[in-house]
Amino acid sequence: MEAIKTVGLTKRYKDTVAVDNLDLTIEEGELFALLGVNGAGKSTTVNMLSCLTKVSDGDAFIKGHSILKDEKEIKRIIGVAPQETAVAPNLSVKENLELMCGLYGFSSEEKQKRVDELAEQFGLTQNIGKKAGKLSGGWQRRLSIAMALVSRPQILFLDEPTLGLDVIVRSDMWDMIRELKGNTTVVLTTHYMEEVEALADRVGIMKNGSLLATGTVEEIKEKAGKDRFEEAFVAIVKGNTEDKGGDVR
Amino acid sequence: MKTFTFSVRTFKEIIRDPLNIAFGLGFPLVLIFLLSAIQANVPVSLFEIETLTPGITVFGLSFMTLFSSTLVSRDRESALLRRLYTTPLTAWDFILGYVLPILPIAVCQCVVCYIAAVALGLKITVNILFAVIAIIPVSLLFVTLGLLFGSILGVKQVGGVCGALLTNLTAWLSGVWFDLKLVGGAFEKIAYCLPFVHAVELERAVLSGQTEGVLLHLAVVLAYTAPIAALAAALFCRQMKK
Repeated sequence: MEAIKTVGLTKRYKDTVAVDNLDLTIEEGELFALLGVNGAGKSTTVNMLSCLTKVSDGDAFIKGHSILKDEKEIKRIIGVAPQETAVAPNLSVKENLELMCGLYGFSSEEKQKRVDELAEQFGLTQNIGKKAGKLSGGWQRRLSIAMALVSRPQILFLDEPTLGLDVIVRSDMWDMIRELKGNTTVVLTTHYMEEVEALADRVGIMKNGSLLATGTVEEIKEKAGKDRFEEAFVAIVKGNTEDKGGDVR
Repeated sequence: MKTFTFSVRTFKEIIRDPLNIAFGLGFPLVLIFLLSAIQANVPVSLFEIETLTPGITVFGLSFMTLFSSTLVSRDRESALLRRLYTTPLTAWDFILGYVLPILPIAVCQCVVCYIAAVALGLKITVNILFAVIAIIPVSLLFVTLGLLFGSILGVKQVGGVCGALLTNLTAWLSGVWFDLKLVGGAFEKIAYCLPFVHAVELERAVLSGQTEGVLLHLAVVLAYTAPIAALAAALFCRQMKK
C-alpha cells in the first residue's frame, strides 16, 4: 500500500524552481532515501510533504490524505526531525519528551510510559534530567529524533539526521533508524552515500528540483553501469550514465 | 490542553534564563531602591514612592516585551518551531501559548515592586491590589508588542528594537523619569498620543484611589493593545504559513 504519493508536486520561489513536477511513490514500511547535492530540492520536498511549505503546483497524498486539504489529519500521523536539532534548550530531556506528549494529547499515564519507552530506546535515561541545551550535538540529535517519534507516527521524515555527527554516533543513529524499518515509513534525506547503502530500501536521486532516478541501491548501480554506488550517483547527477536502456528511472 | 502544554514550555523557557530574572525582577528593584535613596537626599515629587512605584511597574513591563520577542524570534530561527508546526498545534495555540504565560510573570514583577515599595514606606491599602489588577491590560499591551516584534525580527534585531529602543521610548515618553510638562510642546503631545504615559497615569490613579481619568487611560491602553494584538497574530500566522 502507498504511504506517500506525489503528483506533479512543484515548489517555485520567484525565479527558482526548487522542486519540479515531482512524481514519486513510497510504499508503507519502506525506508526511502532522498539523495542529492545541496539545493537539489530534498528538504523542500520534505517540507511540503510535512505541510511546512506551501505547494506551488500539484499535490501529494500521505496515507491518502491530501497535503493541500487535510493538513490537520496529516499532522496527526507524521513525525518530523528537522535538519537542525530541534529541541527546547532550557527544558530537560524528560520535559522535551513530555512537551511532545502533551501536544499530542497524551494522558499523564501515557505520557510517563512513552517517555520511559523512548528514553530507554534512545539511551537517554542517563541524561533524562539534563537540560537539552547542555547536551552534546550527538545527544541532542538523538533527543530530536526521539521527540519526532513520541506520537508513534506512521510516517517519519528525517532530514539529514546524521549531518555533522562523528562516526560512532552516526553508527548508533543508523542502528536506531534500522529498528524503525518495517513498522514506520521513513523518508530520509542525506548527503552520505554510505548511509543510503546501509539503510535505504529504495533511493531517489534529485538534482535541481527534479527526480533523476529511483530504485534500490543495486538497481541504481546497474542502471548507471557502475560498481560503486557513489560512482553511480555521480554519474547520474552529472548525466554520464552508460546507456543501459535509456532513462535511469 | 495543547495550549496549556505549550504555555508551560514558554513559562519555563523564560524563568530559567538567569538574565530574564536579573532584568525582569532585579532591575526594577534596583531602580526603586536607587531612586528612593536619591529622593531621600534630594526630594523630587516625581520620585516619591507613591508616584515612583506605578511608573517602575510599567517601565518594568518593557522587559516583558523583550522576553517575549526574544523567545518568539529565537524559536523562529531555531528548528524547534518548525518541528512544532508539524504537530497538531494551531496558530491560536501558538499565539496564546506565547502570550498567556508571560502575564503571570508580569504580575509577579509588579507584586515584587509593590512589596519593595511597602518596605520603603508605601502605605498598605487595597489600592495596591487594584493597581496589580490594573497592570494586567498594560501587560497585555507589552506582551503583544513582543509577539509582534518577535514575529518579524531576528534575535539580534529584537535586542536592538525591544532591548534598547522600546525601553528608552517607554522611559522617555511615559513620564516616569521626568514630568512631560517640563518639556511640553510637540514632545508632550506625542507622548500623550502613545499608550505609555497613559499606562503610568492609569497605575498612579488606581494606586492613589482616584477614579478620574482611569477609564480614559485604560481606554487608550486598550485601544493600542487590540490592534497590536491583531497585527501580531496576523504576522505570526503569516510567517507560520511561509
